Amino acid sequence: MANMYAFLANIAQGVGVLYFMGIFLAVCVYALWPSNRSKFDTAAHLPLEKD
Amino acid sequence: MATGAIRNMTGGEQFGALALALFGIFCLIIAGLTESGPYAFHMVVFALASTWAFRALIVRRYHGQGPEPDFIDGKPNYNFGPVKFSTVAAMFWGIAGFLVGLVIALQLAFPVLNLDMPWTNFGRLRPLHTSAVIFAFGGNVLLATSFYVVQRTCHARLAGDIAPWFVVLGYNLFIVIAGTGYLLGITQGKEYAEPEWYADLFLTVVWVVYLLVFLATIWKRKEPHIYVANWFYLGFIVTIAVLHLGNNATIPVSITSPKSYIVWSGVQDAMFQWWYGHNAVGFFLTAGFLAIMYYFIPKRAERPVYSYRLSIIHFWALIFLYIWAGPHHLHYTALPDWAQTLGMTFSIMLWMPSWGGMINGLMTLSGAWDKLRTDPVLRMMVVSVAFYGMSTFEGPLMSIKAVNSLSHYTDWTIGHVHSGALGWVGYVSFGAIYCLVPWLWKKERLYSNRLVEWHFWISTIGIVLYISAMWVSGIMQGLMWRAYTSLGYLEYSFIETVAAMHPYYVIRALGGGLFLAGALIMVFNLIMTVRAAPDVKATQPAPAPGLQPAE
Repeated sequence: MANMYAFLANIAQGVGVLYFMGIFLAVCVYALWPSNRSKFDTAAHLPLEKD
Repeated sequence: MATGAIRNMTGGEQFGALALALFGIFCLIIAGLTESGPYAFHMVVFALASTWAFRALIVRRYHGQGPEPDFIDGKPNYNFGPVKFSTVAAMFWGIAGFLVGLVIALQLAFPVLNLDMPWTNFGRLRPLHTSAVIFAFGGNVLLATSFYVVQRTCHARLAGDIAPWFVVLGYNLFIVIAGTGYLLGITQGKEYAEPEWYADLFLTVVWVVYLLVFLATIWKRKEPHIYVANWFYLGFIVTIAVLHLGNNATIPVSITSPKSYIVWSGVQDAMFQWWYGHNAVGFFLTAGFLAIMYYFIPKRAERPVYSYRLSIIHFWALIFLYIWAGPHHLHYTALPDWAQTLGMTFSIMLWMPSWGGMINGLMTLSGAWDKLRTDPVLRMMVVSVAFYGMSTFEGPLMSIKAVNSLSHYTDWTIGHVHSGALGWVGYVSFGAIYCLVPWLWKKERLYSNRLVEWHFWISTIGIVLYISAMWVSGIMQGLMWRAYTSLGYLEYSFIETVAAMHPYYVIRALGGGLFLAGALIMVFNLIMTVRAAPDVKATQPAPAPGLQPAE
């Protein structure tokens, strides 16, 4: 059980950190990518559209 | 609507009628076989509901009701029937849930109000209160707004002919089964997951259809971009499905018994339960209502979302962090230390998306702050976002082990939950319903803005009384529990801590009473809006009626 504990703790402290940082960076890159700006500016007005 | 000629039944109607007939007969057989009275009662309720729905499916074609076109004159032919139903249901269950909450608050202050009957004691009424406000009130608000927002932001009619009605009616039938079950003593005994296996199975079917209707509507959208509110709704629907299935992996004693047992036991069961329980908060009460914030606040303020980029980061950060926070409900228990610390760490990281979302919601008003003075509905929604920021600041704080050792099992938790539930979920829901009712019933405006002002101030005072009473009593309770005498004995007996809390329980009940009074004013205002507010003038050529928030 001590091995299991070390194993899980290692995953949480090592792989987990990298995994979440990776996802977070990918989301930030997508959200802040300059060519996406106009798409997102249009999307921000979506609720205000009349049809 | 009325087409005149009687048509043949559609394939969906034939399938639905057949399924309902078989299900109704099956439930009647179970009702005859079981030895449990309450279970037989539930089976009869299922059978009656099936019979009613069976008849509705057969006769709707005689009334010219049936599949409607996606577009009329090139404009989307929105399906607002199920939205209206859920809006009304939300207000009905809201009043019921707030009322039961007031009753149990009074029971805690004056135990004689338990009435010495099994059906009315605190233990049975408390889950009735929590389920009525979270799942019945909140759930119907989410159904109504999600079906409204997905149509409006996709420029597409809700997918399915019968399916949306099955979702809203089936969900409310589940609420009836769950709520009556608690009163009659049927429960799994797990917080927020009390309904037994047969109600859970029924909800699973309803929920999968909900997901399919929502996805199919997005699928046929005319607007290429999927608006961020729909992402939050999807996150909510998918995650609730996963949580529900995970935490209800039970095996019934037999098909004629309402009782079931979970497949795992001990600390695994506890971990599963709080993974479920905390994400009911994270994805039902947060993600779903953030979707409301991202549609209704821009709409009402007539301003675009402050930062759409921030909303994307907000969404993904919230989704990926919340799911890990559950273990903070099990600090200092048999749960391994690393899991407790993990839960605490992720809870603290939740500050990031919470405050990102709060800033995004509040800053959407930039350039329109003056509307707060004149529009009480917008003010209600903005105050709800402030409460969101406050309670999601407090939550991570309480998840820190050292703080939790004082706060856990005390009324501080109750105060925290209610600042989120009354302030955030309640107010953003009220705001959305105040917007929706004139739009849906094609009214120019609400019956009375003054009554909204009254609602706002009365229930705000109620919330402040509630949460401040619970903070004081909670911290006092925690301190009394850990007070030692110079000889090392506990200074207070348990009953002394209970007696000390009496005045705060009275104040709490007063706060709850004010909140209920505000909601009753709202119901009156909404009824009068539907009956007496002026209709939207049909002369406007281009914009569809009901789009303009009335002022």
